[in-house]
Amino acid sequence: MDYFAQQLINGIVLGSIYGLIAIGYTMVYGIVGMINFAHGDIFMIGGFIALISFLILVSIGLTVVPVILLIVLLVSMAITALYGWTVERIAYRPLRHSFRLAPMLSAIGMSFVLINYSQIAQGARVKPVPPIITGGYTLFDRGGFVVRLSNVQIIVVVTTIVLLLIFTWLVSRTRLGRDMRACEQDQTMAALLGVDVDRTISMTFVIGAALAAVAGMMYLLYYGLVDFYMGFVAGIKAFTAAVLGGIGSLPGAMLGGLAIGLIETMWSAYFSVEYKDVAAFSILIIVLIFMPTGLLGRPEVEKV
Amino acid sequence: MSDGKTILTVDHLAMRFGGIVAVNDLSFEAERRKITALIGPNGAGKTTVFNCITGFYKPSAGSMRLTHDDGRAIQLERLNDFRISKQAKVARTFQNIRLFPGMTALENLMVAQHNALMLASGLTFLGLIGAPSWRTAEKRAIEQSTQWLKRIGLLERADDAAGNLPYGDQRRLEIARAMCTEPALLCLDEPAAGLNVRESAALSELLRSIRTDHGVSILLIEHDMSVVMEISDHVVVMDHGVKIAEGSPQDVRDDPKVIAAYLGADEEEAIAVMESGT
Amino acid sequence: MTAGGVTAPVSKPTPAARGPDAAFIFKKALISALVALVLFSLMIGIRTEAGPTGQLIYWTRFDDLAEMVAAVFFGSIAIELLRHWWGPVGTVRIVPPEVTSALALARRAIAPLLLVFTFLVPVIFYNQRYILDLGILVLTYVMLGWGLNVVVGLAGLLDLGYVAFYAVGAYSYALLATNFGLSFWVCLPLAGILAALWGVMLGFPVLRLRGDYLAIVTLAFGEIIRLVIINWQSLTGGPNGVSGIPRPTLFGIPLTSGDDGLAAKLGIEFSPTHRIVFLFYLILALALLTNWVTIRLRRLPIGRAWEALREDEVACRALGINITTTKLTAFATGAMFGGFAGAFFATRQGFISPESFTFQESALVLAIVVLGGMGSQLGVALAALAMIGGFELFRGLEQYRMLVFGVAMVLLMIWRPRGLIGHRAPTVYLEHSQAISSDLVKEGHG
Repeated sequence: MDYFAQQLINGIVLGSIYGLIAIGYTMVYGIVGMINFAHGDIFMIGGFIALISFLILVSIGLTVVPVILLIVLLVSMAITALYGWTVERIAYRPLRHSFRLAPMLSAIGMSFVLINYSQIAQGARVKPVPPIITGGYTLFDRGGFVVRLSNVQIIVVVTTIVLLLIFTWLVSRTRLGRDMRACEQDQTMAALLGVDVDRTISMTFVIGAALAAVAGMMYLLYYGLVDFYMGFVAGIKAFTAAVLGGIGSLPGAMLGGLAIGLIETMWSAYFSVEYKDVAAFSILIIVLIFMPTGLLGRPEVEKV
Repeated sequence: MSDGKTILTVDHLAMRFGGIVAVNDLSFEAERRKITALIGPNGAGKTTVFNCITGFYKPSAGSMRLTHDDGRAIQLERLNDFRISKQAKVARTFQNIRLFPGMTALENLMVAQHNALMLASGLTFLGLIGAPSWRTAEKRAIEQSTQWLKRIGLLERADDAAGNLPYGDQRRLEIARAMCTEPALLCLDEPAAGLNVRESAALSELLRSIRTDHGVSILLIEHDMSVVMEISDHVVVMDHGVKIAEGSPQDVRDDPKVIAAYLGADEEEAIAVMESGT
Repeated sequence: MTAGGVTAPVSKPTPAARGPDAAFIFKKALISALVALVLFSLMIGIRTEAGPTGQLIYWTRFDDLAEMVAAVFFGSIAIELLRHWWGPVGTVRIVPPEVTSALALARRAIAPLLLVFTFLVPVIFYNQRYILDLGILVLTYVMLGWGLNVVVGLAGLLDLGYVAFYAVGAYSYALLATNFGLSFWVCLPLAGILAALWGVMLGFPVLRLRGDYLAIVTLAFGEIIRLVIINWQSLTGGPNGVSGIPRPTLFGIPLTSGDDGLAAKLGIEFSPTHRIVFLFYLILALALLTNWVTIRLRRLPIGRAWEALREDEVACRALGINITTTKLTAFATGAMFGGFAGAFFATRQGFISPESFTFQESALVLAIVVLGGMGSQLGVALAALAMIGGFELFRGLEQYRMLVFGVAMVLLMIWRPRGLIGHRAPTVYLEHSQAISSDLVKEGHG
């Protein structure tokens, strides 16, 4: 039972990270109807930026942990958001009116560019980081399995919740959010009504990238390393989460993320670790076949 | 009710999408080798009925029975997808033309003869080795396509991409393509939409000859009243998902309920207008 | 009409030629450079590495950073100038008739010329092992491209996991040969059948999926295959792969230097080049088989149904075409060819491992199909030649390959999303075969 409780905690933490990435996928798909294949790699870049920022801050002598965390958070969000903006500007915007295959292939190309760029820029070896945040709380110690809740885990979940709140406020209360929802429904009409569609779409990518950056930073704190292909696998899992929750639905993306995180953790804990990715990919296939609209999504009727 | 004269019997057909009732308890019959028109204002549910008959929607309730010349009856609501065309021999055209734009006019007609050709090619294997039986079947298919192209006046444009053809030609090509499946019932969704007066007349002529020379029954949705009045043998009028009138074109034209529906007015107002001096 | 001679083949559509707006270009370049500065500041400006004690160390590379930013600045200016002189992407250029007809003639001659040249490659380059190996590699990808072309180009089904069939073919042959001692010629059809079966198994669940969803599910399938291969160690040897895969024989006669070898039988002196030449003609034969079957299938109802499916699935259903079997046969046929190619790959290498079957391979083959102009056999062949040949030029710069490939894909989509060959040839005609412009041909949604 205690083992299960620990897995539950771990799953929720992992799920929060997936959820943050999934929001980017679901927002972009909702507004421009494309799967941003490069989004997972934006997450990876976010992790790298966080890594490098940590390194610099520590080496110039900063020791106050909360300050470091805050600075790294803001810096990686800002820079990664710019990456997201640039990718959209260069690789997607010119293709917005092209045929359907084009943005997808362009995204795949962009994905390769980001992975390779990181490899060249930082060298192909994995970079480990000493734990920046240590310590935690022992929840249960009944003599069998010790259930711990680490500080990192708390930070991840709390950050996720705070960001979710900010973000939900953004989408439902601000002008930008309204513009986003308008563009999701009907771009042409929105444009005719004075919405700056280009800017709205750019902001969608920017916000998605910023959240992915947070996920990258959390991943770094939690697992202590970044590697170049983490974006590829995490990307597919996060997309699965977005579909599971219902593509186009933001609470759905978070819900899906938690579900995937829990499933992956439970599978690794109780069945086999080697096949945990296979389990995640299989879920994607099963969901898309049997429940393409996901848990909270809106069904589409085919127009003949 | 089927006495050999009826090809299609629609019985208490209903179609619901979530909370919206698109078609509500619709019943009518289409006679064999006759042209039946389904008319009504926009949103009346006509295309929904078509989609039910041609297997694109599964009706929420009701039945649609298709009776062949030899007396064989098929319940259309039990078939779906491609089987409606293949087994029940019901063909259709679409409101927004659905040709294969990247294929030539001739190729479009060849695709329509897919099932016959698949059999003749021995599920492809005979075709791969170039068996003479396959070659004969292919020639016959090309011949049939050529006949239809001549019929609709597109023989010179047989090798042109369908997407390049002018609008009127595309409409006729779509009908010819449907006819190449050798159907018993041909369902046409607004075949005269966007056609000018001359093209509409040519269309009417084509449809009449399909009915008379090929013995094919036609069910059509149409807004162009001149076409409807000119060629229909029987008219069914729908509004808000229900049938509001039925009869010969003249009966329907003078029916106050029908006029009211089109004008968006009350029946009483329509009668008042009619009596006051038309 | 221009009289004789060679005149400039392009004429600007707009008569007034304004000078480039210097201020605008400068401002744009400055913004690009600033963006680049921020983007590259940490990633390029700082270089991290795992230090000798496992610590993380770093050093600065501000000069590299400055170079990159400067490159972006001047590159941006160059692009703007180019754009000014060349016109935006997609401007129509008026080409004089002589040039168009000369081009058309050249185009019709390319395919036969290329074929003849390919047959003669082992003769011309007999002693250049490097060229022969490259030729074998190119032909392998040509075959893969032609195989995927059936699924993506003809039927319009977006398959991002084609490498799975390649892997099934390779591992089928490898395991059957090493465990049961079956010869290549027996295993080849078996590999194709197994791959085709896998194609059907992939096809069934994705029947109702369209576009991006279909793409990502096929990607997931490809990854699952790779992960299963890596982890099912008892069957596949896991990350260590399968080695000791027997080389192909000419119907039982091995190509070795022994007395039972082909060289001895033919009475000529043995040379290791014999095997390479044999492999070259083997893959050429397999590729030509793929090509021939595809061309014939296009003219048969099944091929036409594939293309009709790509054009408009709804219309196909209304014409009585069984969409399920149409899609499944497309997947199965494409998979089968992938399986053949995989078996060849295994026998050529003698050793296979999961590393050869990554998503990057699927993306590469897909890029070849798209670059070639989906559905065009010649286009795919040329694209494979260009891509694989291009990659070879990067021999020395291994680490930049993926970067260049990615950039190439983005540029390709912006510049020529319809591929090299901009038209489709109809499969049946009354009077004359008129090429249909790619603009009319749908790309399919799956």
